[in-house]
Amino acid sequence: MNIFGIKIPMMASLLIWAVVWEIVGQLELSILLPPFSHIIIRLFEIVPTATFFSAFWITAKCFLIGTGIAIIVGIPVGVLMGRSIVIDRMLLPWVNMFLSAPLTALVPVLMTLFGFGTKTIILTTVLFAVWIIVLDARAGVKNITPSLIEMTKSFQANFWQAFTMVYVWAALPEILAGIRLGCIRSVKGVIIGQLLVSVVGFGRLFELYSANFLMEHMWALLFVLFFFAFLIAEGLGILERKFEYYAASRG
Amino acid sequence: MSALAEAVPVENPEIAVSVNDVTKIYPGGVEALNDMTIQFPKGELTSLLGPSGCGKTTLLKIIAGLLKPTSGTVTVNGIPVTGPGRERAFVFQDFALMPWASVLRNAAFGLELQGVAKSERHAIAEKYIEAVGLKGYENLYPHELSGGMRQRVGLARALAVNAEVLLMDEPFSAVDEQTRRKFQEDLLQVVADEQKTFIFVTHSIEEAVYVSQSIALLLPRPSRVSEIIRPDIRRDISPDAIRRDPVYLDIVERIWQGLRTYVE
Repeated sequence: MNIFGIKIPMMASLLIWAVVWEIVGQLELSILLPPFSHIIIRLFEIVPTATFFSAFWITAKCFLIGTGIAIIVGIPVGVLMGRSIVIDRMLLPWVNMFLSAPLTALVPVLMTLFGFGTKTIILTTVLFAVWIIVLDARAGVKNITPSLIEMTKSFQANFWQAFTMVYVWAALPEILAGIRLGCIRSVKGVIIGQLLVSVVGFGRLFELYSANFLMEHMWALLFVLFFFAFLIAEGLGILERKFEYYAASRG
Repeated sequence: MSALAEAVPVENPEIAVSVNDVTKIYPGGVEALNDMTIQFPKGELTSLLGPSGCGKTTLLKIIAGLLKPTSGTVTVNGIPVTGPGRERAFVFQDFALMPWASVLRNAAFGLELQGVAKSERHAIAEKYIEAVGLKGYENLYPHELSGGMRQRVGLARALAVNAEVLLMDEPFSAVDEQTRRKFQEDLLQVVADEQKTFIFVTHSIEEAVYVSQSIALLLPRPSRVSEIIRPDIRRDISPDAIRRDPVYLDIVERIWQGLRTYVE
C-alpha cells in the first residue's frame, strides 16, 4: 500500500489501532478495556510463569494430537470418497452436516462420555478439524486429471500403490489447503474444548482471570493465542504456496 | 498407375492384437463402436485414422483394457483382454506425467509399480530416456519441459516396461507443429529399433501416412473400418524427400477424398 508515495508495510494499520486502544484505555471508560501498554506489560509478566507454560504445554499437546488424528483419518477418508461413488454417497451427507454443525454444542456430550480431561479436548479438536480435511482431500482427488488415473490403471498399480504414489500426491495442493483450514479449526477446537472443560490448560486460566476480573491478564492471554493461531495459519500458507506450481501444471 | 496399387493386402501376417465384433455403448445410449473387427499385425505401426466421432480413441482404450466393451472380445497374442496388462503400454494424449516426479522417476514409473529394484529400473529408464533424445534431462521436472519433451518422457515410460504392444492416443496432438515433425521422424526410428507392435490413433492424414505401415480408416455413424491402407512409401530416403514423394502425396489425397464427406 502507498500513501503519498510512501510505502506502508502490511501490518502498519495495527499500530494505529494499538494507539486508539491505548487512548481509549487511558480514559478508563470500562474495566473491560485496560490500556494497551498495560496488557503488553502483563503479557511479558505471565508468559514466563510455570502456570502459563503448563497451560501452553497441554494446549500444544492436545492441538498436535487432535490435528494429527484429524489428518491421519481425514486424508484417507477424503481420498476414498473421491475415488468411490458408494463410499462418497454413504459419507458425504454426514461430512457436510458436521462441517456446518455447531460442534460446540457437542462438547458437553463428550464431557459426559470422556470426562473433564485432555481426552475430551483432543476429541473436540478432532471434531473441529477433520471434516474440512476430508472435504478438501475429496475435492483434490476428484480434480485429478482423468488421464493420470488411466495412467495409474494402465501400468497396473494396485490399490495401495495408486493411493500412496499417485492419488495423495496429485491431490496434494487441495490436501494442504484442507490441512491449513483444519489447523485453523483445530485452534478453535482446542480453545473451545478447554473453555468448556475449564479445569485444565488455558481454559482454567481464562476461568481464573475472568472470575477475578483480571482483564489485563485476560487480554494478554488472548493476544498470545491470536498470535499463535496466526502463526500456524501463515506457516501452512507458505508451505501450501510451495506446491502451487503443480496445481497449475495439472491443467 | 494409381496410388491404389500401393495399397496391397498382406498375406497372413502374424497378428498381435485382434479385435472381434466389439461393440461399445456408453451409459446414456451413445454408440461409440458397432460390431468392429480389426486385426493388428505384429511388429508394425498401425494407425487408426478417422474423423472425430468414429470411435478410434474408444477402440484404443478397449484394447488397453481401460474400457470394457459392451460386447465382443479383444485378444493380444491370442489371450483375451480383461483389463490392463504388462504386454501393453499406453502413451497418453496429454502425457499423463506426474508433476511431482522427475523425468527419471516418471520414465521408470511403470517399472516402479512392477516392483523392479531402484538401481535396475533407473538404469532401464535412463536407457530409454536416451533413446527418446532426453539424455541430460533426467533430473528435471515435467513443468520445466516443453510439450514435445514431456511426450518423449511419456514414450520412454511406455518403452521402459518392455511391453509388446504400444498404444498411442494422439500422442502428438498437444505438441506444436515443428516439434511434431521431428517427433514423427524419431518415432520411425523407435519403431525400427524396437520391433514392437504400435497402435497409433491420429486425426492427421499426413501423420498417419508418414509413420504407418498400415492405416485403418475408420468412419462414423455407424462406426466401422472402411478400409485398410498400406502406404508402401520408400523408407530409405530422407524424411523431407518422403514428404515430397508423389506416392506419399497421392495416398494423403486419396484418404482425404474418402474422408471429406464425413467432415462437417
